[in-house]
Amino acid sequence: MTKPRLPGLLRSASLAALAAVLLAGTPDAGAAAQTAGADSISEIRIGLLSQTPEPPPSVANPDEPAADDGLAGATLAIADNNTTGKFLKQAFLLDSVEVPPDGDAAAALRELAGRGDRFVIVDAPGTTVEALSKLPEARNLLLLNANAPDDALRGGACAANLVHVAPSRAMLADALGQYLVKKRWPRWFLVTGRRPEDKLYADAIRRTAKRFGAQIVAEKEWTADSDVNRTAESEIPVFTQAKAYDVLIVADEVGEFGDYLSYRTADPRPVAGTQGLVPTVWHRTHEQWGAAQLQSRFKAAAKRPMTARDHNDWTAVRVVGEAAARTRSADPDRLIAFIQSPDFTMSAFRGAPLSLRPWDGQLRQPVLLAADRSVVSVSPQEGFLHPRTELDSLGYDQPETLCKTRGKTTP
Amino acid sequence: MTAARFTGISLAALATALLASAASAQTIYVSNEKDNTLSVIDGKTMAVTDTIKVGKRPRGITLSKDSTQLFICASDDHAVQVLDLASRKIVHNLPSGEDPEQFALSPDGKSLIIANEDSNIVTVVDVSSRKVAFQVDVGVEPEGMDVSPDGRWGVNTSETTSMVHWIDMEKRQVVDNTLVGPRPRYAQFTKDGSQLWVSSEIGGTVSVIDTATRKVTKVVDFHIKGVAKDRIQPVGVKLTDDGRYAFVALGPANHVAVVDAKTFEVKDYLLVGRRVWQLALTPDQKTLYTTNGVSGDVSVIDVDALKVTKTVKVGRYPWGVAVKG
Repeated sequence: MTKPRLPGLLRSASLAALAAVLLAGTPDAGAAAQTAGADSISEIRIGLLSQTPEPPPSVANPDEPAADDGLAGATLAIADNNTTGKFLKQAFLLDSVEVPPDGDAAAALRELAGRGDRFVIVDAPGTTVEALSKLPEARNLLLLNANAPDDALRGGACAANLVHVAPSRAMLADALGQYLVKKRWPRWFLVTGRRPEDKLYADAIRRTAKRFGAQIVAEKEWTADSDVNRTAESEIPVFTQAKAYDVLIVADEVGEFGDYLSYRTADPRPVAGTQGLVPTVWHRTHEQWGAAQLQSRFKAAAKRPMTARDHNDWTAVRVVGEAAARTRSADPDRLIAFIQSPDFTMSAFRGAPLSLRPWDGQLRQPVLLAADRSVVSVSPQEGFLHPRTELDSLGYDQPETLCKTRGKTTP
Repeated sequence: MTAARFTGISLAALATALLASAASAQTIYVSNEKDNTLSVIDGKTMAVTDTIKVGKRPRGITLSKDSTQLFICASDDHAVQVLDLASRKIVHNLPSGEDPEQFALSPDGKSLIIANEDSNIVTVVDVSSRKVAFQVDVGVEPEGMDVSPDGRWGVNTSETTSMVHWIDMEKRQVVDNTLVGPRPRYAQFTKDGSQLWVSSEIGGTVSVIDTATRKVTKVVDFHIKGVAKDRIQPVGVKLTDDGRYAFVALGPANHVAVVDAKTFEVKDYLLVGRRVWQLALTPDQKTLYTTNGVSGDVSVIDVDALKVTKTVKVGRYPWGVAVKG
């Protein structure tokens, strides 16, 4: 059912691009050309290991993801890194590998490591991320989790060689919950899908309710296996009869039924969560803090708007690029140490600087709250204070972390 | 019908402006990024006397050397427009390259050097022949621009690359690069050209660079009680000619920092409108104007008293500001 996103297993599309940069760049690269020859350019290789789970057959998804969803973001970030790199005599290469849903991710990682990739972006489900982080071959690498929102990866399954560029479910739920509480919509009706990840999303929403003083006044599980597309108009009004609530929060990560809730609920209430008002890292209408520039740069390159998955992969590649520029080094050990240090910050078009939480390896970041065609708000919301940074009001803070194996150093 | 009425109104406005300018001789121009207009403020009455329709997404604006024209970066029209200030009409466009955002006029008034944000290029345009003199490659998202007082250096900051690129204007190429804090937004040389001040929006700092060595010699940090560190996002910088102060617009922190330009200590923080962006000083250096993007207004600061004296409502998302003396 899933189309292979790329021809072949491994590609180094950017090798050709890099060669072009090196050749073309030399005459007009100014400082680089002036002070040193092209032979002193140091190379930084980044691997991208992608795995897209097969969507369940019943999902009627009107927006089929692009074949290069994610990869296009990483490719743009490599170009961005190389633009900076030409002034610092650094060249970035991307090795991209697509693992089929039932494929051997460990073999793919070994192949990337064998090519000398010390940084590997893992754009894959949480189970793959966890398995890869435990491989002996991964011990020397820095894995950048660019997709899996599982809090367990940041908690009990955390690892010193694993950092999380994608926000966790707890961060997404907190971002949404802060806004709903600020709006004084504190009574939530939680509707959960049948998949394990939906249960995890619902757990995150419950945690958020407890933290910010909201109440889950009703809960239901969506178990219907009929074609919701045909039956929604009759089923959903009955299904959504609940005691008085302000917002229906839906936990349906694959999009099986969540899109059918709006306008069909028994009471006239907004829908939020995995559908409706959605917490996300990126949205095609986001334009603040220079985001319009990234949007137009991406659109020119990929011929489509940037998705959240593209943005996560872009950010992951930029983390490495920013570290290389700041340290003026291509030494992977030095870059890995710098990325994990309190000195590391970078800009990602969402206002506040991004940095890494040392206690669980999570990248601190603002979260957008997006409707279909607009960004409604950006969390953390004003008033949710934190002594260190307001960004730490999203997700697991240092005292609550379940990660035991990472350093206890304060940021 | 409409055209005739429009002319009538702007004639009247023009007459008022002429009368007013005789008295105050100061006019403030503000570009409204989301209205595609310029607001014209009378420096004496502090009232908006006219609103001029310009190109799409006007951002950086600057006066010509003889102060008869205003150059406007119409970013979404991919042009620099030239507004004749007497007639308040766009007389022509200059070729600017893609998505011009900010620019600087060379001290001799002959060239504009323009940051082309979407294409990682700086375009240098000859103002009189209206031709592109040359283009140079810079880092990702070029933004801040200035030219040294002796005309030797054109500088550009690139936001995602986080560098100052030093363009040798004679050699027409980038000959040096200085790494600064994340997301550098604005660059200004001191009057004597010995230092370049550069703001870093995400770094939350201002770097002072020695022009002779192109090395950062001082980093100015900001702390405002009750404002989270990551909301302090420096953007516009203005240095007084006498070397006394540097004013730094702190974006969503809604304050302008007053920095002692000799000791680099922050003397004060002045509360202005929301998301303060760019700054302009009057030629007599007595008044500083700020554009406040989110609140859609301009704050007026008395430089000697270091007090905000007035707020003037303008259009949506005021961005650039220029003062005609």
